[in-house]
Amino acid sequence: MRGRLRTSLRGWGGVGAMAVVCALAVAFVLLLPLTQSHGDGSTGTGGPGVTHAVQAADDDPCTDPAIKAAPEKQTLSPSGADGATIEKIKARQGEKRKLIVGVDQNSYRWGYRNPNGGANADLEGFDIDLVHRIAQDILGDPNAVQFKAIPTNQRIPAIQQGRVDMIVRTMTINCSRLADVAFSAPYFKTGQQVLAPKSSDITGYNDTLARKRICTAEGSTANTKLEDDKKAGELVSSAKISPPVPNQLDCLVRLQLGEVDAVVTDGALAASQAAQDPTVELKGTPFTTEYYGVAMKQDADDLVRRVNRILVDYRQDTTDGWQASYDRWLSATLDKDSAKSEPPTPQYLRKS
Amino acid sequence: MTHPPKSSAAPPGSGVPTMPSVPTQAKPPAPAPQAPPPAPVPDPAPARRTAFAEGLDQVRAAATTEPGRLRIIGAALALLVVLFGAVTAWQTDDRAAAADDVLNKSQPLSNAAADIYRYLADANTAASSGFLAGGQETAASRERYEEDIDKAASGLVQAASNSDPDSPAAATVTKLNRLLPEYKGLVERARTYNRQGFPVGGAYLRYANEKMQEEMLPAAEDLYTSENQRLRADYGDATPYPWAAIGLGVLALAALAWAQHRNYRRTNRVLNHGLVAATATTTVVLLWLVVGHTVARAGLNDSYDHGVRSLNVLHDARIASLKARGNENLTLVARGAETVTKKNAKGEDVTYDAYDYDFNTDMDALGKGLAAASKLADDDTGGKPVTAAEGNMKVWKERHTAARAQDENGNYEAALERVIGAEGATGECFDSVDKNLDRALRHEETEFEQAAGDGLDAMTGLSVGAAVLAVLGAAGAVLGIGRRLSEYR
Repeated sequence: MRGRLRTSLRGWGGVGAMAVVCALAVAFVLLLPLTQSHGDGSTGTGGPGVTHAVQAADDDPCTDPAIKAAPEKQTLSPSGADGATIEKIKARQGEKRKLIVGVDQNSYRWGYRNPNGGANADLEGFDIDLVHRIAQDILGDPNAVQFKAIPTNQRIPAIQQGRVDMIVRTMTINCSRLADVAFSAPYFKTGQQVLAPKSSDITGYNDTLARKRICTAEGSTANTKLEDDKKAGELVSSAKISPPVPNQLDCLVRLQLGEVDAVVTDGALAASQAAQDPTVELKGTPFTTEYYGVAMKQDADDLVRRVNRILVDYRQDTTDGWQASYDRWLSATLDKDSAKSEPPTPQYLRKS
Repeated sequence: MTHPPKSSAAPPGSGVPTMPSVPTQAKPPAPAPQAPPPAPVPDPAPARRTAFAEGLDQVRAAATTEPGRLRIIGAALALLVVLFGAVTAWQTDDRAAAADDVLNKSQPLSNAAADIYRYLADANTAASSGFLAGGQETAASRERYEEDIDKAASGLVQAASNSDPDSPAAATVTKLNRLLPEYKGLVERARTYNRQGFPVGGAYLRYANEKMQEEMLPAAEDLYTSENQRLRADYGDATPYPWAAIGLGVLALAALAWAQHRNYRRTNRVLNHGLVAATATTTVVLLWLVVGHTVARAGLNDSYDHGVRSLNVLHDARIASLKARGNENLTLVARGAETVTKKNAKGEDVTYDAYDYDFNTDMDALGKGLAAASKLADDDTGGKPVTAAEGNMKVWKERHTAARAQDENGNYEAALERVIGAEGATGECFDSVDKNLDRALRHEETEFEQAAGDGLDAMTGLSVGAAVLAVLGAAGAVLGIGRRLSEYR
């Protein structure tokens, strides 16, 4: 019986293979325009008349070496003038007259709900201070803000779908994100760093990561960097990149439960994690240099210029500005001295 | 009682003692046994034949004489009555055992499984509410959480002791028993970090929630489903009519009637004590069987229609309200982090908050469940709490809409107050819905127990009674025929 079945199937092998090849070809042809249109999405959101340097470089900002080297310079010069975007925000009525901002509620001292913060349990942290400052400037009330908690991998979709006006959430400015959103000038300097238990033999981003399980957040710079480095052979090939988690803080949970051996995230955030657990520490020095920026919709030129102007003021303000916020939130977990975290004087190379 | 024989049906060879001393008669002359019988000649069969064939020959030979026939009839009657008794005892015993399982095993287990689900979901909601409160959890929410965990754990012990080893239910219980301490450990860590003011406590709570939502609750739902299937199977075993026993009973009665009629025709005697007794006991057993089973069946069907169906609907409604409450809390915990895109009535894509969308789905399920429950509720005591729960649900929906409006306007604290606050919050409505559903469930449970208990009672003693009476009946038949036989000595 089995023999007969086998002989009856034998003739179908070639036909089956051909059918599979045909199906694959059709699927490929059907999917090709999809992948392309995804890349073109940025052009669409750019709107008519918006032709920045980004688009000149074959739609992918990363192909331009100048942009790739210094993506944080691709922003518009500061201006206090109201445009279409700001007017729309100001036109919100009554209770809705609020700036809608995507933040994190899990980053210790950046944006989080302090469980001991009293009955209101307001969000607080370095990012949150900046949000209040922006709201104060645009709407005249620091508390005219609707906070939305946005997971790491939802930051770009949230802006593109208009669910938020801006994202202030330890978001690194990089060239590939420039294809999807517009960034303000940098407001913080950091770099990727390795976090591991003090007792671990990991010494930094090097061969000691061999056979270690590494945790990253989904859609984070760290995740992209690790995947790229592994492909390029710059990360030891036996290092295992664990399935990414929704939030960098979830990595600390996995680390404590022994499900991973190390965490790679921004140094600023890694320091926040270390501050919550005295048995872990930062290993080695930052192996990248990155800047945090406020992300906005790509055609929100007036808002980008406005935020850049607010940032200039914020950094000059010595009593209640950038430095005061740093001292309040970050000096305990990062360096006492803020020099390492201060971004350079911004350049505004984006022309339109 | 014994009438003198009348001419027509005179017993063949009356007055002649023709009791054959040997069952086998080699070649009996047709009309009447001869006296003296010829010496039994061992049948010089050319080849050895099977015992059955020889037995058949013997029977055939016996059937040629009246005493032989009487013996065969007596044996057949006794056998039939005993067989009827045995089948009755066996079939009713099976059904009584299944009915007993329904009342004392599978229904309580199905209830226990629903409770395990409820306690787990409620514990998770209590834990996330504690986190939502921002500050430290209140004594009340902590107590509720601990109580839920304790009850879920003891429910699991009960389920474990009642499930057959190697069954899928046992595997599910084992899985839940393994996950529960893991979950509890995560929540404890969350508590500790929360006290220290570290947001990693919230991350632990999210991890615990994930474990609950993605592993534990689905397992608990599986357990509930499989226990419910078992309940239905037990009902299926308890309620069908015992046709084999009934058929045999009718057959036995018919045979007894025929034998008595034959007796009357041959002897003109109307009544034979033994056969009458056999007929009487057989009739009693058959009536007892049919009436007892019909009553039991009615009781069981009643317990299903008015108990189990209501209980299922109420359990489902309660689970829906728990899920809705959990999602309502998570909407505020997640703060817009997760969205889903669904087509609206016009076929346009609309983006919703994922948890709020699930909340609405759960509330729809709750509404449907309550409507079905109020349709099934057959008395005031059962209907009142359901109606009250429907009222609570309406208020809940109104308050939820108000809370959502606050959240949409960016008044997070106001929204929080309307969901987990002390007064006028949706939490009150949820608690009321839960309390009323609990009341309705307890009522339906009592109804179930009453009806199923009545059903089970109707089967009491049936199998033993049937066995004893059948033996008596068979004895009667043998004695009755024996009396006739003695007339041939």
